[in-house]
Amino acid sequence: MLFLNINHFNELNMKRENILLGHGSGGKLTHDLIDKLFVKYFSNEILDAQGDSSILPIEGEQISFTTDSFVVNPIFFPGGNIGNLAVAGTVNDLAVSGAKPLYLSAAFILEEGFSLSELEIIVKSMADDAKAAGVKIVTGDTKVVERGHADKVFINTSGIGILPKNRMHISSGKNIEIGDKIIINGAIGDHGMAVMAQRNDLNITSEMVSDCAPLNGLIDAAFAVSEDIKFMRDATRGGLSSVLTELFEGKSFGVEIEEDAIPVHDNVLGMCELLGFDPMQVANEGKVVMVVKAEKAEEIVLALRNHTLGKEAAIIGEITVSHPGKGWIITTIGGKRVIDMLAGEQLPRIC
Amino acid sequence: MCLSIPAIIESIQGDLAKVDVGGAKYEANIQLVPDAKVGDYVLIHTGLAIQIIDEEEAIATLETFKEFEELNESMDEEEKEKGAHLI
Amino acid sequence: MKLNTEFRDKATVKNLVKAINALSTKPITLMEVCGGHTMSIQKFGIPSLLPKNIKLISGPGCPVCVTDRKYIDQSIAYSRMSNAIITTYGDLIRVPGSSSSLENERALGRDIRIVYSILDAIKIAEENPDKKIIFLGIGFETTTPGSAIGILTAENKGLKNFFLYSAHKVMPPAMSALIDEDVKIDGYIGPGHVSAITGTGIYNFIAEELGLGVVIAGFEPLDLLQAILMLVKQFESGKPAVEIAYSRVVNHEGNLIAQQKVNQVFEPRDDWWRGLGILPDSGLGIRSEYAAFDAENVFEVEVEPTKKDGACICGSVLKGIAKPFECKLYGKGCTPMDPVGPCMVSSEGACHAFFKYQSL
Repeated sequence: MLFLNINHFNELNMKRENILLGHGSGGKLTHDLIDKLFVKYFSNEILDAQGDSSILPIEGEQISFTTDSFVVNPIFFPGGNIGNLAVAGTVNDLAVSGAKPLYLSAAFILEEGFSLSELEIIVKSMADDAKAAGVKIVTGDTKVVERGHADKVFINTSGIGILPKNRMHISSGKNIEIGDKIIINGAIGDHGMAVMAQRNDLNITSEMVSDCAPLNGLIDAAFAVSEDIKFMRDATRGGLSSVLTELFEGKSFGVEIEEDAIPVHDNVLGMCELLGFDPMQVANEGKVVMVVKAEKAEEIVLALRNHTLGKEAAIIGEITVSHPGKGWIITTIGGKRVIDMLAGEQLPRIC
Repeated sequence: MCLSIPAIIESIQGDLAKVDVGGAKYEANIQLVPDAKVGDYVLIHTGLAIQIIDEEEAIATLETFKEFEELNESMDEEEKEKGAHLI
Repeated sequence: MKLNTEFRDKATVKNLVKAINALSTKPITLMEVCGGHTMSIQKFGIPSLLPKNIKLISGPGCPVCVTDRKYIDQSIAYSRMSNAIITTYGDLIRVPGSSSSLENERALGRDIRIVYSILDAIKIAEENPDKKIIFLGIGFETTTPGSAIGILTAENKGLKNFFLYSAHKVMPPAMSALIDEDVKIDGYIGPGHVSAITGTGIYNFIAEELGLGVVIAGFEPLDLLQAILMLVKQFESGKPAVEIAYSRVVNHEGNLIAQQKVNQVFEPRDDWWRGLGILPDSGLGIRSEYAAFDAENVFEVEVEPTKKDGACICGSVLKGIAKPFECKLYGKGCTPMDPVGPCMVSSEGACHAFFKYQSL
C-alpha cells in the first residue's frame, strides 16, 4: 500500500509549531517559510525581488562591509533576544567605523524542533530594530540541521555602509593626539550581567537589562556637533578593557582613565562583586568608546546625553604623552594600576 | 577564600534568606548565622552567610579614621611652624 | 550605610597613608596570605600609595595555587567514571593537571559543572539519583563550613549519590612553615574571612612564640591601610601582637556554629602544599562517621603519574621569595590565557593578579 504523506500537499500551516528538517530542503516548505515569515517581516523593494544576489544602488564613496555571527545562549534575555543582537551588532560595527549603515543580510541556521513562535518573535525583533536603525535586510539564507546539531538558532548578519572619505581615519585612530579625551556613552556591564543572571544555575535575580541597541543614531548625534571624533569602537565581548587595550597597545601615546568617572550601575557592581567579576571586562552591546578632540569633548558629551542611548555619557579619561603603549587607571582611592591586558573568560570564583 | 560581600537580608524563610547585594537579589543559606534578622547585613560566601556584620563596629572604625585627620592636621601645623623659623 | 564605599573614601585614604608615612622609619616586609587580599591590594593600587620602605608580598593564600597537581589528575579520573557528574567552583576548571584539565575534559564530553555553592551540587544530586555527584572541596577555613553543611545536608536528605573530594586546608601551619623556611617577613596581614570563622586564637603562637605580628584585615582599602598602619606600629615598637583591624566582621572567638560543624565532619591530616611540601595537620579529611560521603573512600580510580613542575616556580612565588616576573615563564609561556602553573590560572594567584593589575 502506498501511504501518501498528506502534509506534502498542505500549504505551510502556520499553526505548525516547530521547524522540520524539510524547512531547510529548498522545496516548498522552505519557500513557504521564507514567504510567510522572513519576507513578510523584512519586506522592501530589493528583498521582494528575491534574486540570488541583491543589487544595491551606491554612489561613489567607500563601502564599509562587516559580518558577525550570533550564537548567544540563552536566546532570550532581559532587554532583548538573539535577533536584537544580530541587527545591533552588525549596525554598530559599521557605525563605529564612521560609516552610514545601509543594508544587512541575515542567515539562519535552525535546529530541528525549534519553536516557530519563538522564531517569529526573533524575526520581528530584527525587523523592528532594522527599521529603527534605518537599515534594510535585503538578502538572506535558511538552513535546518538535525536536532542536537545546533543550539536552537544561530544567526549571521553581514552589513554594508557608506564611509565618507573624511571619516576613514576613525577605525585606525591615526589622527589621535595627546590631550584628546576618551568618552563612553553610558554604564558598562549591563548586557553581560543580564545574560549571566538568566543562567538558572546561579540563582541570582536582578532587574538588569541588556543595553543591546543600534548606535548609529547616537553616533550621528555626535557627528552633528563635531567631526573631531578621532577613534571609535563598540565595547562588546571583552568589555571596556578590551577596547582600551586596542587603543593604546603598540602606540606612541598612553591612556589614563579615572575609575570613578566610569559609569556602572549599582546592581551590576553588586553582582560583579558577588561573582568576582571585573565590570571592565564584562560584555556590552550598546556602548561606544570615542576618542575626541579635547575642546569638543564637553559638547559631544552633551549631545550624547540628549539622546536616549547616551543619558549617562561621560568623559572617562584622556590620551597622555607619558607611558606610551600603556594604559593606567587612577583607582577610586587615588592609587594606580595598569589596565589589564587580558580579556579572558571570567568564571564565577570562590576566592 | 575571601570573596565575600555585604548583603542585606530582606526576608527569612527557615534556613534561607532573600538578600540584596546592591540591587542584585540572591537566596542565601543562613544556617551558620541563625541569629541573623531582617535588616542585618551579612557576609555571603559560596552561597552561605558566614557572619553578621556589626554596623556599630563599622561606624566606630570609621570614627577612628577621623582621628587620623586631626592627627595629620596637627602634624601639618607643626611642619608649618618649623618652616616659619627658617624664613 | 553601604559598608563598602565608606571604606574607600579618598580623603580618609590620604590621611591614613600620611599617618603610615609618618610612623614608618625602617624597611618592613608584610605578607598577606589571602587571595582576596592579593586581589584588593592590586585592584586598588595600594602599593603605589605606600612609601618605598614598605614591601607587600603575597603568600600561599590561594587554595587553588597550593593544591597538588595530583588532585586535578584524580578529579579528572573521577570525571571519567561512568555516570559521574563533577561539580566544582570556577577556580579549578582551568588548572592544568599532568596531561589535561577539567575544562579540557568537559570539552571532550565529561559531565563537569561549575557551581557557585555546594548546595547547588546537592540539588544536582537530588535531580540525578542515578548519577554519582562528586564535589571538589577546595578552600581554606572560610569555605570549609560550607562543605560541612553540604555533607550534613546530604545525610539529612538520605542522599546516597553525593560525595566530597576534600583538598581543604588550614592556614596557621603554612604561616609558621614560611617562617621556618627563613622567608623574610616582618608581619602578617591576617586573612579577614578565614578569621571571621576561626576567631583569632589560632594566630597567638605566631606573635608569642615566633615574634611576628598578625593584624587581621578586611578587603576595602581603608581596612588594608589600617592593618598596615597597625603592623608598622607594632614593628617600630618591637611589640608583635595579634590584633583585629576588621572589627565589624571579626571577633576573637569567631563563628562557633561554623567551627562546630567543621569539627563534626572533618579532622586534621597531613597535607602537601606547593612550595612548602608536607605540613603536619594542615589539611582536613572527612571523619570515618561520614565515610560514605568521602570520594576518596568510596571510589577506586587509576590516576596517572604526577608530572613534575619543570620551569614553573609557583612554589617560590607562593612563598613570596620570588616575584611573578622573576619566573622564566611569566608572560612568555605562561599567561592567564595559557597558564602553566596554578598561580597564573587562579584569578587571585599572585602571577595572575600581578599580570592583570601590575600596580605601580
